[in-house]
Amino acid sequence: MSDTIVQIQALTKVFEGKQRVTALDGVDLEVKQGEIFGLLGPNGAGKTTTIGICTTRTLPTSGQVKIAGIDVVGHPAQARRLIGVVPQYNTLDRSLTIFENIYFHCRYFGFSHSHAKARSEELLEQFLLAERSKAMPSQLSGGLAQRVQIARAIAHRPTVLFLDEPSAGLDPQSRIAMWTAVQGLRKDGITVVLTTHYMEEADELSDRVAVVDHGKLLALGTPQELKDTYGAQTVIHLKLRHVEGGDAVAQEMRQLAGVQNAEVTGEGLRVFAANVDGLLPAIIQTSARLGLRDISITEPSLETVFIHLTGRDLRE
Amino acid sequence: MSKLAGPIGISIQKPQFFRAFLGLFLRDLRVLSRELGPFMLRVGMQPLLFLFVFTFIMPRMAGGNPMAAGAGPAFGTVLLPGLMAVAIMFSGIAGVALPLSTEFGITREIDDRVMCPVPVWAVAVEKVCFSALQSIVAALIVIPMAIWIPAKPVYPDFHNWALLILVLVMSSLLAGSMGLAIGSTVNPKQIGLVFSIVVVPITFLGCVYYPWAYLDKIYWLKIAVLFNPIVYMSEGLRAAVTPGVNHMPVWAILLALSVFLVLLGRWGVAGFLKRVIS
Repeated sequence: MSDTIVQIQALTKVFEGKQRVTALDGVDLEVKQGEIFGLLGPNGAGKTTTIGICTTRTLPTSGQVKIAGIDVVGHPAQARRLIGVVPQYNTLDRSLTIFENIYFHCRYFGFSHSHAKARSEELLEQFLLAERSKAMPSQLSGGLAQRVQIARAIAHRPTVLFLDEPSAGLDPQSRIAMWTAVQGLRKDGITVVLTTHYMEEADELSDRVAVVDHGKLLALGTPQELKDTYGAQTVIHLKLRHVEGGDAVAQEMRQLAGVQNAEVTGEGLRVFAANVDGLLPAIIQTSARLGLRDISITEPSLETVFIHLTGRDLRE
Repeated sequence: MSKLAGPIGISIQKPQFFRAFLGLFLRDLRVLSRELGPFMLRVGMQPLLFLFVFTFIMPRMAGGNPMAAGAGPAFGTVLLPGLMAVAIMFSGIAGVALPLSTEFGITREIDDRVMCPVPVWAVAVEKVCFSALQSIVAALIVIPMAIWIPAKPVYPDFHNWALLILVLVMSSLLAGSMGLAIGSTVNPKQIGLVFSIVVVPITFLGCVYYPWAYLDKIYWLKIAVLFNPIVYMSEGLRAAVTPGVNHMPVWAILLALSVFLVLLGRWGVAGFLKRVIS
């Protein structure tokens, strides 16, 4: 277990009920000490369920998660000492001030009064929240509340911090402030696991990214490795007025020099190409007879990786 | 154990459980300290009005009002333990069920406490213990009121301190457990309805305003109310505070309080676990 801090083995979760939902379908992952690890996938891919199990809030149907060697199902109370959690929604204690939110969090983790007070003051300084220490959570903007949640989550000095969709609902400025805060955790030696459905976030923040969809792990690697392996293609989306003749046109597209693949989508065609230089006129000409009404190009990115792996857009 | 915590974690110690529990308790104390006024009003208003109407106003109109004859001058003595039981009951439910229903609601505020390094059931038990403290205060407030308000002061007869403390503590824990069971199983939107259809009826039929022994003529009711935990709170306090009034045997009261405490406590904790762990 030398430098593996989170170990996920054959994890499955089935939610029984009127509709049986398989949220996780055999996921294996290892997160290394000190890295920022991104779980990238669309809504409903199983990211939040994975975090829920790692943070002892959801019980797996089968499989195992170990945090620093501690089984989270067998010893949840012990595991909770090692983890910090920032959930998707704002769970700040509405009956306490910002300072008290952090102070009592420290007390829950066994800090003495003076130790908890010092730690809270230190964190409020670090996260530039000192001025708001007496404010109530309801008086804070989404971005500030998120920062308090991060400060609270690391107050007991956890080894791993789990962030579930940390930038959901944040304005661009707060998002960048949050990214800076997360990157700052690295120098404290805190391992970060975050889920996101924003490619830029995964790309910008993560050392390694796992792409998940339908409860399965599709790919794993550094953002660069993923782009090199799966996404070194530009994706050209064509919206057509008539989709009926799409198959024949796709066939024709594949014959064009530089086109690696072409497939029919609900709205038209999707063309994968190594390089678009000089290719566009031919593509436009070929698709013109089906009534081309819109064309958009996605440069190689984690987005094209995702499209390559799942055949659909992250936002679809 | 300490090496389990990894290179930068703090070591895991034996008193971890108690320190976390203390932390949760201090948090609740801080929150209560902010709303001490509303708390006193909430627990004091009902016994205050009851004593005022039935033991201050009624005795002064004994001639013309047929209800006043029923209440009678000794009614205060019957009422004192009953009102203490009601205070315990309402305080327990208001202290656990109401906050839980918001904390489980949209805000999910309970999450940070659930993530404490203690088993999740301990978070639920802390809620019950803290509410028990409020219930005990609520019950004790009734005593000075019963001395000052009635036309004829009602003095409690503390002949058996051990019994008084035991009954107070058990009743308060029981009320908190009932609050936990309601708060964690009832949909937050329906909490008001539960007050009307569960809490109010069991209070009225909880031998609060009459001793259980006097139900002889309505035998079916005498048996039916045995399934009502409030009955044992009222009767237990009757035995401890006004021993002159007829009451159930002490062993039966303590046995029933224990049984209900275990049943409702388990039910409440199970409901709590179900709400926070999926």
